[in-house]
Amino acid sequence: MKRGQISIAIVLLFLGMMIAVQVRATRQAEQNVPTARVQELTSRLKEVKEERDSLIIEVADLRTKLNQVSSGGSAGQAIRDELTKARMEAGVLPVEGKGVEVTLDDSPKELQPGEDPNLYILHEEDLLKVVNELRAGGAEAMSINGQRILATSEIRCAGNTILVNTEKIVPPVIILATGNPENLKSGLEIKGGIFEQLKYWGLVAKVEIRDDITIPGFSGPVTFKYTKPAENDNR
Amino acid sequence: MWLPLLGLIIGIVIGIQAPSLPQAYAQYMSVAVLAALDSVFGGIRAGMEKKFDDTIFITGFFSNTLLAAGLAYIGERIGVALYTAAIFAFGVRIFQNLAIIRRHILKK
Repeated sequence: MKRGQISIAIVLLFLGMMIAVQVRATRQAEQNVPTARVQELTSRLKEVKEERDSLIIEVADLRTKLNQVSSGGSAGQAIRDELTKARMEAGVLPVEGKGVEVTLDDSPKELQPGEDPNLYILHEEDLLKVVNELRAGGAEAMSINGQRILATSEIRCAGNTILVNTEKIVPPVIILATGNPENLKSGLEIKGGIFEQLKYWGLVAKVEIRDDITIPGFSGPVTFKYTKPAENDNR
Repeated sequence: MWLPLLGLIIGIVIGIQAPSLPQAYAQYMSVAVLAALDSVFGGIRAGMEKKFDDTIFITGFFSNTLLAAGLAYIGERIGVALYTAAIFAFGVRIFQNLAIIRRHILKK
């Protein structure tokens, strides 16, 4: 029986080894990168690639301008192009393009006695959220009831009205935004998003895709009283 | 009795110390482990029936294990999930052997 014992011992030795290795391999598999993380990284990679591509285009653009300037001939043209671009970025130039038209209004519902009317009217918060959502969706230019939204624009509650660029905004509010229409629209209408919140209170919220959005430029002065370009321009 | 037990313990220790198995081979290993378990239960059953032959036992153990892993590998190459067949066959046999072993123990 001694021989039998030895063979059983050998077999069990291998069996134990295999089971231990397998258990470790299985445990390792569970610790691997989860799918959600993979997806997140994939989309991040896509974003970065897009950013890189747009930067490459910008570099090419600047190169051409630089060439134009150094060749002397059309230096004026290059500077004018750059100026137009800067004015567009600043929001002082009227712009047009594809985009969406968002209509927001107070709730048309009749107030029941004892109900708080504040719940059924449009607040500056709602506008801010919509504007924020549009920006997140890649809006390039925006106006609220004809007021161009600048980097310095405020959207603020003042008494019973809303101020934008210190102008009174009265419902119905029409927000125009240029950008990828599908992205802008789906950003607003996403499940659990801003439109769902607004509609919960019965507020009117509509978004329409349009090919011919025209957004006025900012007509008031943009002044810098306290601000000047930094001397150490470390760009 | 202590010798087989010692073998098992040494085997587990080696398995824990060994370099870890690449993910791609884990599937073959799982089938191989199942085949090995099947052989061990078969051996116990043979022992109960007083038919235990250590040559058959040891060759059966290694050939079953290698064949199972090999079949899983071939199945992977040709796109047939052969390893599920192996899991099924060995699973059924393990349970059958277990039932027979139980009966022998109860008869005693």
